[in-house]
Amino acid sequence: MVKYIGKRLLYMIISLWLIVTATFFFMRIAPGNPFTSEKKLPPEIEANLNAHFGLDQPWYAQYWDYLVRILNWDFGPSFKYKSQTVNDLINEGFPVSAMLGAEALLLAVSFGILLGIIAALKHNRWPDYTAMIIAVLGISVPSFIMATFLQYFLAIKMGLFPVARWETFMHTILPALALAATPMAFIARLTRSSMLEVLSNDYIKTAKAKGLSRGVITVKHAIRNALLPVVTYMGPLTAGILTGSFVIERIFGIPGLGAHFVTSINNRDYTVIMGVTVFYSILLLVSILLVDIAYGFIDPRIKLAGGKKGE
Amino acid sequence: MKKRLSIFFSMLLVLSMFLAACGGKDNADSGEKGGEKDAGKSDVPQELRVNINTEPPSLHPGLAKDSTSGTVLRQTFEGLTRIEADGKPHEAAAEKIEVSDDQTVYTFTLRDAQWSNGDPVTAKDFEYAWKWALDPNNQSEYAYQLYYIKGGQAANSGEGSLDDVGIKVVDDKTLEVTLENPTPFFLELTAFYTYLPINSKIAEANKDWANDAGENYTSNGPFVMKEWSHSDKIVLEKNEKYWDADTVKLTSIEMVMINDPNTELSMLDNGELDWAGSPTGTLPTDAMQALKDEGRLTTQSIAGIYNYKFNTTVEPFNNVNIRKAFAHAINRQEIIDNVAQGEQLPAMAIVPPSMFPESEKGYFPDNDVEKAKEYLQKGLEEMGLKDVSELPPISLSYNTSEGHQKIAQAIQDMWKTNLGVEVTLENSEWAVFIDKMHSLDYQVGRMGWLGDFNDAINFLEMYRDADGGNNDTGWESKEFQDLLAKSATEGDPEARQQILKDAEKVLMDDMPVMPIYFYTQNWVKVDNLKDVVVTGLGEVQYKWAHFE
Repeated sequence: MVKYIGKRLLYMIISLWLIVTATFFFMRIAPGNPFTSEKKLPPEIEANLNAHFGLDQPWYAQYWDYLVRILNWDFGPSFKYKSQTVNDLINEGFPVSAMLGAEALLLAVSFGILLGIIAALKHNRWPDYTAMIIAVLGISVPSFIMATFLQYFLAIKMGLFPVARWETFMHTILPALALAATPMAFIARLTRSSMLEVLSNDYIKTAKAKGLSRGVITVKHAIRNALLPVVTYMGPLTAGILTGSFVIERIFGIPGLGAHFVTSINNRDYTVIMGVTVFYSILLLVSILLVDIAYGFIDPRIKLAGGKKGE
Repeated sequence: MKKRLSIFFSMLLVLSMFLAACGGKDNADSGEKGGEKDAGKSDVPQELRVNINTEPPSLHPGLAKDSTSGTVLRQTFEGLTRIEADGKPHEAAAEKIEVSDDQTVYTFTLRDAQWSNGDPVTAKDFEYAWKWALDPNNQSEYAYQLYYIKGGQAANSGEGSLDDVGIKVVDDKTLEVTLENPTPFFLELTAFYTYLPINSKIAEANKDWANDAGENYTSNGPFVMKEWSHSDKIVLEKNEKYWDADTVKLTSIEMVMINDPNTELSMLDNGELDWAGSPTGTLPTDAMQALKDEGRLTTQSIAGIYNYKFNTTVEPFNNVNIRKAFAHAINRQEIIDNVAQGEQLPAMAIVPPSMFPESEKGYFPDNDVEKAKEYLQKGLEEMGLKDVSELPPISLSYNTSEGHQKIAQAIQDMWKTNLGVEVTLENSEWAVFIDKMHSLDYQVGRMGWLGDFNDAINFLEMYRDADGGNNDTGWESKEFQDLLAKSATEGDPEARQQILKDAEKVLMDDMPVMPIYFYTQNWVKVDNLKDVVVTGLGEVQYKWAHFE
């Protein structure tokens, strides 16, 4: 186990290095620079700025500088937001996005699994159809439509919630719902199909033949195995949802991290691009590792280390 | 496993109870709020809530370079002058302003005023702020706003010394400024944010003073910054130490950062904001007509122009008649009514009407298709072509945005119908687009321009030199350059205005740029909010604002 994790960590560092390198070069190939604006700067001012931010250095010096900075977990100052460093942006934005993401994740996972199980148990009967209609809607309605829809009906028409902003718990509900809709639908469909598959397996029949009650079979034998694909999906979902959604954060005016992924690229804010990319990559790589480790606990057939092939 | 499932279901239960409980609480809250509003008519809370769209990139006067930062700084700081409701600069931090006969030396006498922490505002604070911005080590992108001061450009480019810059502190209350050339609009500039003072005592002790609200963030304007929650909101409070504090009626201003026009309007309709739309926010284009019909929309024109530039270094736009043909062949009013939908003014001139009132009519009639065809014929002959189909392929560039795209499509259609010219559209991402425009890698391209201060030179200067940073057309004219040079030394405002008008005529005769419309600002506000001042440059001031 320790050996396995050690090996995975090594791969993670290599992946991270590849990501950083690719991002660095793509970022530099893109035309424009952080000081590009409609009103062009006088050349002497641009020269001052380039010198200050080290952009007048050769590319390998800048590349090396970025690598050293990332190792020290110091992403440097933002080119655009002069009052904050990239670390400030991440430290202030991530907790907000993570809180919203966690709420959405809780909603998505709990309702998604619930719907999926109901649909599978009542296969081809009305609860199945209802659950799947909800799921199809959830997948096909884009989150910004869902968000506007929620705002219009629940906030403006019914006055139950505030329209936007990030102040109290009440403010978090609409964005969490809008953010949760798509993954919830996805989880519901995943759960349903793998439940159906599991329920048709021989060992379920054996369990039935043994005279076990339906509840025991479902909970003890079926769900546990049916959740495996959901767990796989949870890895990237967690990383994605915790780092925030650009669209949802924009519509609800939430000061999260999501906006920086998009705006930093438009601004050519090199340090922010680098910072959020590295942060997201680490989160993604770690959550994938955790999912792989979790497999071992959920499904005894998967052995992480020392297992024989074809077992 | 059973246990886990029960934990999961109880979590669901808790969550649903949470939802139910909170729903009830909010109802009670909004009920109370409604009551307050009705009961409080005689003593209305003077608390303003506006949207400023985004996080201000910097609230350091020397580093600010965008309208959002400018909006906040204009409320918290006080320059030597302030643009008031009449659109003209008035004495603010300066009590008396004397100008030498040759208009190059300005002597400002400061009034007795205090910073929000009680320190006196002195001439040294202005000197410190201006030299800070000019110091090449301080990355001030707007330092060029100070190039009008003698030695400013040299000091900023590292060729001269900061000590030689024409800023002299005579005593605590007297500041003497020497300019490079007579600058008739210098008192407009002293109201601009790059010219705001900085509390030198604080800034010298702590270079990061402007990064957050707190005791270090001292200012000398009508309001002080109480809270700055990055990317979320800024809270300003009335500055009791402000010299004109009696005029200020608002007790607080909450500036939220919502970057979605629909949300902004919904928040206004839901009573969560007092103002939606320009100059600090944006209204959704789709809602414009409805708001107009309801009579809620306020429209004001501002000094800004939306235009298409021609690359005069490539065929066919190196031909003046072809340029004119294209400029005459579009129906601006139709674009405004059906596409832009913001009550803009059709532009047949370059300098906005707030600076040249004649610009409302312009140099040629809108939608003059006959004339356009004549010009086209002439142009084709000069190029030795028989038919429009022989013109080289033309592409129209704009940066990716729904608004620009719709206008480009309308114009593409008009050019096809009126001139028979096929034009392809080409969009690119913002920074890529700017790069293309600045390097003349385009044929016709969209550009907008907003004035920084209220003077026509703002809209003409960029076309002086072909390689000037913002020209983008490759066009240059000796006559035009001479007129601009003449305007810089002309002391009489009337005569100077005339010179600039002549310069504009030269520009329009050659048409390197095709004007489309002059910008307007549209907003909706709550009924009882009064006296918010929006200047002709589209800058907002809350100094005089109040609720009735």
